[in-house]
Amino acid sequence: MVTLLYFASLRESVGVSREQVALPSGNATVSALVDQLRSRDGRWTDAFAPGRQWRVAVNQQMASPATPLRPGDEIAFFPPVTGG
Amino acid sequence: MPRVRVQPEDFDTGRELEALTRGRVDVGAVASFVGLVRDANDGSPVKAMTLEHYPGMTEKALTDICEQAMSRWDLIDTLVIHRVGALKPGERIVLVGVPSAHRGEAFAACEFIMDYLKTRAPFWKREETPQGARWVEARDSDDAAAGRWSR
Repeated sequence: MVTLLYFASLRESVGVSREQVALPSGNATVSALVDQLRSRDGRWTDAFAPGRQWRVAVNQQMASPATPLRPGDEIAFFPPVTGG
Repeated sequence: MPRVRVQPEDFDTGRELEALTRGRVDVGAVASFVGLVRDANDGSPVKAMTLEHYPGMTEKALTDICEQAMSRWDLIDTLVIHRVGALKPGERIVLVGVPSAHRGEAFAACEFIMDYLKTRAPFWKREETPQGARWVEARDSDDAAAGRWSR
């Protein structure tokens, strides 16, 4: 299992801020996980629709679609940041 | 060790910058940046703003940015204070303070820290406008500004 966190507009799109999910079987990467989430229902399809910008952090470090995932990881999805 | 704070409370700019040099005689320059909430953005009046962040990662990201600055330039210290929660126009959002022996290093590092903060630190602004609340969109110009520092 891994922990997923959602922030800002992405959290509002999917309607949850935190959940536990099983990792995709086989070669588990951020990209494989996002494919799995997209197949759930319309909210996730919209949140991760092509052309919609999102960023990902794995264990609180900026990551990319190719980043490998392991059980126990904390994976956060959010829109491009706007602080400062 | 960089000084990094994420807090809902306001800060006293003068006191914070003074603390960077207290008891030291090797500082020749302190460059600083203060970011404020504007009363308008993208053509709409802004009545209020809420800053969301990713507790835990935010502090790590800011510390990492400061450490990168300290490895690139000859700095004596670095300070970043960033507020979160509800803010009104005119209020302070962020303070960066960079003491160094010479101004060139301090100016460059201060700008680098802000450019990286804008594109790498997990904060999100939500604005209250007369048309309702909206999430602030990231700007391509911020990515371009951060990209200037890539070697």
